[in-house]
Amino acid sequence: MQRSTLDLWVGIFVMAGIGALLVLAMKVGNMTGSGSGETYALSANFDNIGGLKPRAPVKSAGVVVGRVSGISFDNEKFNARVTMNIEKTYKFPKDTSASILTSGLLGEQYVGLEGGGDTVNLNTGDKIKQTQSAVVLEKLIGQFLYSKAAEGGDKK
Amino acid sequence: MAIHKGFSIRGIGARTIDSVLRLGYATRFIARTIMSSGTSLRRPRLVIRELYFTGVLSLIIILVSGLFVGMVLGYQGYYTLQTYGSESALGVLVALSLVRELGPVMAALLFASRAGSAMTAEIGLMKATEQLSAMEMMAVDPISRVVAPRFWAGVISMPLLAAMFSAMGVFGGYLVGVVQIGVDEGSFWSQMQSAVDFQKDIMNGVIKSIVFGFAVTWISLFEGYDAPPTAEGVSGATTRTVVTSSLAILALDFLLTAFMFGGV
Amino acid sequence: MPDKNIIEIKDVSYAYGTRPILTGINMSIPRGSTVAIMGISGSGKTTLLRLIAGVMKAKQGEVWVDGKRVNDLDTVGIYQLRRRLGMMFQFGALFTDLSVFDNVAFQMREHTDLSEAMIRDLVLMKLHAVGLRGAHNLMPAELSGGMSRRVALARAIALDPMLMLYDEPFTGLDPIAMGVISNLIKELNSALGATSIVVTHDVQEALEVVDYVYYLSDGKMVAHGTPDDIRNSTDPLVRQFVYGEFDGPVAYQYPGRTLVDDMRLNG
Repeated sequence: MQRSTLDLWVGIFVMAGIGALLVLAMKVGNMTGSGSGETYALSANFDNIGGLKPRAPVKSAGVVVGRVSGISFDNEKFNARVTMNIEKTYKFPKDTSASILTSGLLGEQYVGLEGGGDTVNLNTGDKIKQTQSAVVLEKLIGQFLYSKAAEGGDKK
Repeated sequence: MAIHKGFSIRGIGARTIDSVLRLGYATRFIARTIMSSGTSLRRPRLVIRELYFTGVLSLIIILVSGLFVGMVLGYQGYYTLQTYGSESALGVLVALSLVRELGPVMAALLFASRAGSAMTAEIGLMKATEQLSAMEMMAVDPISRVVAPRFWAGVISMPLLAAMFSAMGVFGGYLVGVVQIGVDEGSFWSQMQSAVDFQKDIMNGVIKSIVFGFAVTWISLFEGYDAPPTAEGVSGATTRTVVTSSLAILALDFLLTAFMFGGV
Repeated sequence: MPDKNIIEIKDVSYAYGTRPILTGINMSIPRGSTVAIMGISGSGKTTLLRLIAGVMKAKQGEVWVDGKRVNDLDTVGIYQLRRRLGMMFQFGALFTDLSVFDNVAFQMREHTDLSEAMIRDLVLMKLHAVGLRGAHNLMPAELSGGMSRRVALARAIALDPMLMLYDEPFTGLDPIAMGVISNLIKELNSALGATSIVVTHDVQEALEVVDYVYYLSDGKMVAHGTPDDIRNSTDPLVRQFVYGEFDGPVAYQYPGRTLVDDMRLNG
């Protein structure tokens, strides 16, 4: 009698623990996000990556297709080299373009991929040729003020 | 004349040698425990019984504390994030702090004071009342019959308790953030899901809690096994279990965090 | 060889570090007898018991139990030997988390493949022998001192040992409980056909029960003989112990400076 109630409680305890882990995995984390599943590596050079961080998402048409695996400085071209792991299930043509985008005005930065029309797909280790750098807010404001000032000069 | 263990040079030296000796003995003890785990494998009932005492009896304190910690995080996080106009990141804040740090650490601290101290007291009393010697005289090794099942129960229940703590905490944060304050439910969950990584965050938290479970159970069992067989001896050992475990948890947490997240 | 003596102790010495506990002990205990090892606290009698049970090993000399030299046994050998020993501890040492029934059943479950039905019958028989069959559902915390001693006895005889060791079986018991225990020691010895060794400082009780007495003082064997020999001994150490004289060879005063010095009477 007493033994079976003890078993029951331990059973409930273990199930609740595993349940909590599952909740964390499914509801809190995105188990499909990365790490799980096989990936292939791509790289791209950007003139300016802004605030991009390793592990930032790589999205295409809003769908997360991979993650940034590393960021380094290219000593020959004097720009930033971003490597990313893309899930094997997603294919991109050779003439895909990559740009660094921001989700919302102050949100995190991510790499956006836009597929082209080439028939050959990108493979492991390939480089994305067409890139567009991050929009740097200070530069934007600077440009804006510049043009305003220019307008003002015209009026005089 | 006995060496007075004060702040004299000799006292410090004696203490240092003492602690090195104890560490060596403790290491031999845990090695013997792991080597004697055969009985626990052959008779899982022994471990199940201890799971009840270490795990099930710690459930209430873990769940309630988890809920409260999560609700506090909900409030504090909201007021901090609100200043930057990014309350939608509340879910991220609550979930990441719980899964990476607070879940494993707080659950381990609670586990040390609830289950760890009980283990020390129990084993210390068994030693003081000669129950361990009696067992040895009956040709049953107390390490494999008494210590090893408790050790595995501790190592198994710690990650489960930490996961429950984190899940409860996220729920607490949700109650305060979404239900009470009115943060948008969709962005609460979706931002959380895009920021919390299973491998990096959740699995690292689980690894942390397994390490903490190992450390706390080791300390508790050793303190009990090594306690002087008197009433004062056992009560002193129980206090030492809580103090040493807490320090060990925090120190290990620092090391593990530096190791796991230091590169990023 | 199936020798007549179950225990032979030859010139055994033991020391904790440099402090000698036992020196030059010789004993032989014949099968079927009940023997007392007596002495004041700290005389080394518990150490002697531990040497017999293989908890510690003699630094010098030989300990033979049932034809095996305990000095040579490894852990496995000692555990094998211990399956045939029964030991009753000072305060019973019952497992506090197990019921009376489970305490007595402990060794049967650990060491035998008996079915639960068989174990149940055996346990109730053992408990019946100590008069506590009706108490098998109680927890140790619910027992009186005398009762837990009896349960401990039932647990010790669970596997019908050939040698019973009693460590201070009378300490802290009321006279009735003491009588019950000493009676049980005597009865069980003949019922089991075992040999019993009683380590005690309760002189009068022990002298009633045993066939032979060894008297230890300061780690040395100072006297041995039948209970009558001990009662009539002229050795001052034994006399002081048996008749509980407060001063004698074992001094009343803790050693220190003389009274004259302490009181500064000689200026």
